[in-house]
Amino acid sequence: MTMLPKTTKKKLGLVTDLDICVGCHACAVNCKEWNTGGHSAPLTDLNAYGKDPNGVWFNRVHVYETDDGENTRTVNFPRSCLHCETPDCVTVCPTGASYKREEDGIVLVDAEKCIGCKLCSWACPYGAREYDEDDGIMKKCTLCIDRIYNENIPEAEREPACVITCPARARHFGDLGDPESDISKLVEKRGGFALMPETGYQPVNRYLPPRPRKVDVGDTGAPAQLEPAEEAKSSSAFFNWLDKALSR
Amino acid sequence: MDPAYSVIIFTSSSGAGYGLLIWLALARLTGAWEIGPVAAVVACLVALALVTTGLLSSTFHLGHPERAWRAMTQWRSSWLSREGVFAVLVYPAALVFTAGWIWDAVSPALMMAAALATLVLSLITVYCTSMIYASLKTIPRWSNGFVPPVYLIFALASGGLLFAVLLGAAGAADMSAMVLLLVVLLAAWLIKWYYWRFIDEQKVESDPGTATGLGHLGKVTQLEAPHTSENYLLKEMGFQVARRHATKLRRYALLLGMVVPAVLLIVAGNLAGAAQIATLIAALLIGLGGVIVERWLFFAEARHLVTLFYGRTV
Repeated sequence: MTMLPKTTKKKLGLVTDLDICVGCHACAVNCKEWNTGGHSAPLTDLNAYGKDPNGVWFNRVHVYETDDGENTRTVNFPRSCLHCETPDCVTVCPTGASYKREEDGIVLVDAEKCIGCKLCSWACPYGAREYDEDDGIMKKCTLCIDRIYNENIPEAEREPACVITCPARARHFGDLGDPESDISKLVEKRGGFALMPETGYQPVNRYLPPRPRKVDVGDTGAPAQLEPAEEAKSSSAFFNWLDKALSR
Repeated sequence: MDPAYSVIIFTSSSGAGYGLLIWLALARLTGAWEIGPVAAVVACLVALALVTTGLLSSTFHLGHPERAWRAMTQWRSSWLSREGVFAVLVYPAALVFTAGWIWDAVSPALMMAAALATLVLSLITVYCTSMIYASLKTIPRWSNGFVPPVYLIFALASGGLLFAVLLGAAGAADMSAMVLLLVVLLAAWLIKWYYWRFIDEQKVESDPGTATGLGHLGKVTQLEAPHTSENYLLKEMGFQVARRHATKLRRYALLLGMVVPAVLLIVAGNLAGAAQIATLIAALLIGLGGVIVERWLFFAEARHLVTLFYGRTV
């Protein structure tokens, strides 16, 4: 059913901290690893060992440079489905294969109904959907629906693969619809933001901005200016003579 | 956007087919042109063949064509689904309309009703096709008020060139008919001209700064791509055509689609018999060439917001 639910009971989503993401691609790799055996399996790779490898990934890590004329910064930027509240990728679907779950807000594709028309990928500005040429259907991030509700794995591991693997703990998972949840408080505290809000799709996922950089030495707690150390002199006249002779 | 042959053939072929059906229905409803029943039936079948070719071509690019029937189910939210529903609804009306020219079992009243239904349903179908594109906010060059009128009038103009050949064969291609079809043709390309001007001057609110939310830190450029070779997103939505090539192709489209057929229509208005029919067939073939170039540009010049993540502008 491609009509959107009016509200969802939860708004499960991800928060990515751009201040501490080190761009290691572990989230992308673990996403691929889990999901190629999960709900949307397989995440097909074509020509994987050739010169032009091409495959389905739910998570891609970009690296951007920002330049304000004086200072530049490098920002690592993982990009995946934002599980929007009003996604066009769902409403344009002619078959009902794309849907948004009323219980938790997760946007999914029913592999049995998808005809592979690709229109949903045209309707998404975030590049969240990738077509599997081999399966002839569209695939996308499931928010690891087969992990977060999976009673066969320890409770502590019931988080999306990208979150649980992040060595810098730059990714967080939770209910962004509950203002009292840890993740909502984190977004509140750090001024989390949505991507391309002007398009009106109301993404659930949030990104935490890089913290302001300490540009002046004084801001870092170091002395603003360094004094030269006093020249060390040996008490031995012989060594002073030797030092002078060798320094010549 | 990737100018895939499937969608170019789909939109131009079905557009011309629906356009011809609309002209035939108008001919029946108004009685303005003397067309023999056999010629009319042949024209109806040609129109339906073009429509069917277009629809089949659009199913060729599906990953699972055997599930295509499912595309009729989500008409409440999806323009693609609505297009499918109306494309199917046209058939019974158009088949009754086709048969009615030569089959006495179709009463005059039923024939008029079938002609009216064919006219209205064809217009709605072409409108739905246009809205598949015009409803995509992710592609600013499609998501604007020009796209539905362009699709509708191009269906009428290209269907009109087919209709002109029919009129020639029926010996009804007089100057007044040619001038009417010429006016529609010129109007189509005039609107297209304004569309091109519009997209050249269009300002898009989104840029790499709003896409990444890093705009407050300064100008955002991509330092390192997430993958080493082209992925699905860049193949499907990252197609780029050089500005100078696009300008050249627009000129070819205008020359083939408008200038040559316009001249040939006027020439044909002064001819009769085989020479007239040959001239009108030339106008049709060259004109359709122009429409195909125009449709190729419609896809190739469209830029998708996802490319902002790859450091491009739209």
